[in-house]
Amino acid sequence: MKKSIAIIAAAVLAMGALTACGSQAEETTAAATEAATTAEAAETEAAEETEAETEAAAEELSGAVATDGSTSMESVIGILGESFMQLHPDVTFTYNPTGSGSGITAVQEGRCDIGLSSRALKDEEAASGLKGETVALDGIAIIVNNENPVADLSLEQIAQIYTGEITNWSEVGGNDEEIVLIGREAGSGTRDGFESITGTEDLCQYRQELTSTGDVITTVSQNPAAIGYASLASVSDDTKTLTVDGVEPTEDTVRDGSYKIQRPFVLVTKDGEALSAQAQAFYDYAMSSDVADLIAQAGAVAIH
Amino acid sequence: MNRHKNVESIVQFIFLILGLVTIASVLMITVYLIIAGIPAIREIGLIDFLFGKEWASTAAEPKYGILPFILTSIYGTAGAMVIGVPIGFMTAVFTAKVAPPRVRMIIEEAVSLLAGIPSVVYGLVGMLILVPGLRELFDIPDGASLLAAIIVLAIMTLPSIINVSITALEAVPKEYEEASLALGATETETFFRVSVPAAKSGIAAAVVLGVGRAIGEAMAVMMVSGNAPNMPDSLFQSVRFLTTAVASEMSYSSGLQRQALFSIALVLFLFIMLINALLNFLMKRDKE
Repeated sequence: MKKSIAIIAAAVLAMGALTACGSQAEETTAAATEAATTAEAAETEAAEETEAETEAAAEELSGAVATDGSTSMESVIGILGESFMQLHPDVTFTYNPTGSGSGITAVQEGRCDIGLSSRALKDEEAASGLKGETVALDGIAIIVNNENPVADLSLEQIAQIYTGEITNWSEVGGNDEEIVLIGREAGSGTRDGFESITGTEDLCQYRQELTSTGDVITTVSQNPAAIGYASLASVSDDTKTLTVDGVEPTEDTVRDGSYKIQRPFVLVTKDGEALSAQAQAFYDYAMSSDVADLIAQAGAVAIH
Repeated sequence: MNRHKNVESIVQFIFLILGLVTIASVLMITVYLIIAGIPAIREIGLIDFLFGKEWASTAAEPKYGILPFILTSIYGTAGAMVIGVPIGFMTAVFTAKVAPPRVRMIIEEAVSLLAGIPSVVYGLVGMLILVPGLRELFDIPDGASLLAAIIVLAIMTLPSIINVSITALEAVPKEYEEASLALGATETETFFRVSVPAAKSGIAAAVVLGVGRAIGEAMAVMMVSGNAPNMPDSLFQSVRFLTTAVASEMSYSSGLQRQALFSIALVLFLFIMLINALLNFLMKRDKE
């Protein structure tokens, strides 16, 4: 009897502990990088707060580097954060995936060290005392089914296809089939990037809105009339990657700017205001040529 | 004696606490959904929210109308019932009344296996086989559609319909059937004129349970329905359900968009409460 009571009591305690952990993890948001850190969530939060108050305190790097912003940059910033923490075990790196706009606002309001934006800063943002520096480039590939004879589209044609002006593949030199538009869900960084580059914001007549790059590739590989977009690094032989205005998307064409459907990954900081020592170290690290391999591994194109 | 009593009351207290955990969870979810769901509805306006025909949550001028999702959920569930109920019902009658023991065993095994398949597997099979199949069968540009979701949901609801119907049919007193047979009715007549009417509220409960399962399903339909927020004006239209509206945008949402997703969850929650109330009503009537 006593034993069973003890077991029940232990179970109740364990449950309490579990729920407590759950809510904490939620607060700090589901960031991939964070999951990788060994540090406890609570510790991070505390460190963040003290760090915000005392700038550039430690000689040897410790404390927290808080980043906030673009969801598209998750894999790049995740891999940079992880390797940075390996170099400096005392530093806690956090990434809050909120979107480029929120990230920029967070820097302005001093809620994070470095903002992450997957677009260049707008003029008014730059004028408000922010500084943006490109850390990497992201190419978005346009993919069709392997059976599709079309090999090249112009940027304008792509925009016309996605806005529903061109609805049949025969209009762009393909088979007589209705074009099936595959895209990503609202809020996706890839969708945002694609639509802003092609100038089709809020105009796309999607047939399917899928929630991952993998789903887009699978769906396009299954439907001969489908067209989709996916991050350059994710595309495989399952689908055919189109050339845009005659330019094949590769690292080189993205880097020299000849491939049009690309966007910058930008680190945003306050202009003229010093970062904390650890944040500055991360910034320099991210901009150094040492991390080119890591950036490539994360699917983006390094520029330094 | 006294010591026994003490132990007794301690154990009872612990059970009470454990019981309260369940109740507390339900209350917490309800209260949280209401608190989280109300602000967006107030900001958007109840009428605009429920009866707006356009959903464009990240547009420059966002629109938050969830009528397409509500109708899709209703049509999808109704469609799944149109296909699932006859199949499930007939299977239940056959299994409970007609089938020889060996066949019955096989059917019951198959049904419980069907019930155990995770919904993501239904979705995956639907995405890789059903969707391309529908595209070729009907010669349409894309198979991801309301129809595909209906078919997947129909199959997913079969186990609940079959299991609960079998239980209801088995509860019919043997005497009713024997009397009917003794009066010269054939077996088929007996099953459909005597057993089924006697079990009807149980069977109705089975259907309502199926409805509950269908309206709450997210993963499988997300993979086959196309997910574009269109009005469900055709079986071949790419549509978005209440559940998938929440699931597909939640991960990257922010601000009013996120609040509106909670509001959708609240609407879905109310639908399911309604279905549960109906189920309780039917079950209670069945007992009486």
